[in-house]
Amino acid sequence: MSLLQKLFPNIDDWGELGRACIDTLLMLGGSLLLTVLIGLPLGVLLYLTGKGQLRPMPRIYAVTSLLVNVLRSVPFIILMIVLMPVTYFLVGTKLGIRGAIPPLVIGAAPFFARLVETALREVQQGVIEASQAMGASLWQIVRHVLLPEARGGIIAGITVTAIALVGYTAMGGAIGSGGLGDLAYRYGYLSYKSDYMLVTVALLIVLVQLLQMIGDRIVTRYKQR
Amino acid sequence: MIRFVDVHKSYRVDGRDIPALQPFSLDIAEGEVYGIIGLSGAGKSTLIRLINLLERPSGGHVFVGDVEMTALAELALRAQRRKIGMIFQHFNLLASQTVADNVAFPLRLAGERDAGAIRSRVDELLARVGLTAHAGKYPSQLSGGQKQRVGIARALANRPTILLCDEATSALDPQTTASVLDLLAEINRELKLTIVLITHEMDVVRRVCDRVAVLDAGVIVERGAVADVFLHPQHPTTRRFVNEALPEEAASELAPFTQVPGRILRLSFRGDTTLTPALGRVARETGIDFNILAGRIDRIKDLPYGQLTLAMQGERVDAALAALREAGIEIEELHR
Repeated sequence: MSLLQKLFPNIDDWGELGRACIDTLLMLGGSLLLTVLIGLPLGVLLYLTGKGQLRPMPRIYAVTSLLVNVLRSVPFIILMIVLMPVTYFLVGTKLGIRGAIPPLVIGAAPFFARLVETALREVQQGVIEASQAMGASLWQIVRHVLLPEARGGIIAGITVTAIALVGYTAMGGAIGSGGLGDLAYRYGYLSYKSDYMLVTVALLIVLVQLLQMIGDRIVTRYKQR
Repeated sequence: MIRFVDVHKSYRVDGRDIPALQPFSLDIAEGEVYGIIGLSGAGKSTLIRLINLLERPSGGHVFVGDVEMTALAELALRAQRRKIGMIFQHFNLLASQTVADNVAFPLRLAGERDAGAIRSRVDELLARVGLTAHAGKYPSQLSGGQKQRVGIARALANRPTILLCDEATSALDPQTTASVLDLLAEINRELKLTIVLITHEMDVVRRVCDRVAVLDAGVIVERGAVADVFLHPQHPTTRRFVNEALPEEAASELAPFTQVPGRILRLSFRGDTTLTPALGRVARETGIDFNILAGRIDRIKDLPYGQLTLAMQGERVDAALAALREAGIEIEELHR
């Protein structure tokens, strides 16, 4: 304890740091789950309606693609502010974990959808043709061919998205969503307590490293096949 | 079994219609092995896909059995496709699934839920293609020949009446090709399956096919029993394919032995005549001399055949030729 005090003199409430950690993890978990739930079907839609694909629909593709690009081109910190009324409408608050999740999902889902689309395009055309020859329906092809065959790429996409979300949650801290970013901003930046900054940054690095390791490990397990 | 009636196909590219297959009609009989041979770009991949409607014809009708495929709606078409197995040049297996799951896949697609029934059918199929020991492996752990055997097992899973083979041996080495072709012939014999195969190798046609159509730039330029087409090719494209399969014949056509004295003849023996000593007998009886310049004896599917290029000299060559024809030997005069 004395060593900790000597190293980080300004941090008097380690419990607060722990709670901030948990908040970040909750925001990350909640938004990642929703991002995947929304981004995966969106990515499948982009893939299927694309030119020369299974259900080419140029208009739907163009509209979806434009929406995805627009959402991806707005910097997250600005997206968050712009979305405040939407956030309030959806969850009844602009603050805290709940207030953070809508903009996080809206920011990350289009990004993830693109990664899913790219992963699906890697699936061999021949495998799809073979399943059509076996009498598979579109839904069966998506469910039993495309998603399993693209599994490695999709999991890699989830990893990349999760890491992007860690960054987004930290940014969210600046406008009142809590978590490690909030601590770093309030104590580390506004109050010049640089030891806070150091610890939160270290924790974020550890978090990102863990996510990448877990993701890589799962991908390798599938790639070995 | 399979009937094309006035079918043609063209692709629309940049607003222009590019013809892929000129109008044609074709009948494929139940239980036969029908080969379609052509160079790449000749339209054979398109043709085979017209059978299960992976490609829709631009006009005409395609019948499989009594069903007009071209008249089916989506749902009925999917049900029909389950009765038509297909194997591919690049196998097209699911990389994320084991061998057993790949074979079970069409069963599951067809709505089979009973795990026990699936397992026993998969075991049966893997035994047929000789892969029982590999059930738990993934496709990436198999050789090309083994992958194609998985493809065959998968294609047979729903007990189809037709098997379509899309360049099924083109990615395999000669030995593996032979073993896969043997397996196809065995399946055709034992399951009475109609097989349609496309290939660019005359040797594949010679080994397993009963009849063959030669496709050249979207047109069927020659068709008939393999023995007829193989021994007496009419169209230049067909000749080229046959010559690739018979290098020594190609040599004899290129160098027609003009310096050799006597009449240059090509004798074709088929079936039992291959096994009778007709040439020796006729030579003795008519007193002619002959000199063998090129030749081979082989099989077309189960039919033994022989082809000899020889120079014949003597007083009674014409009588000898008549006697040979009498014995069932086909004779072409290459040079006089």
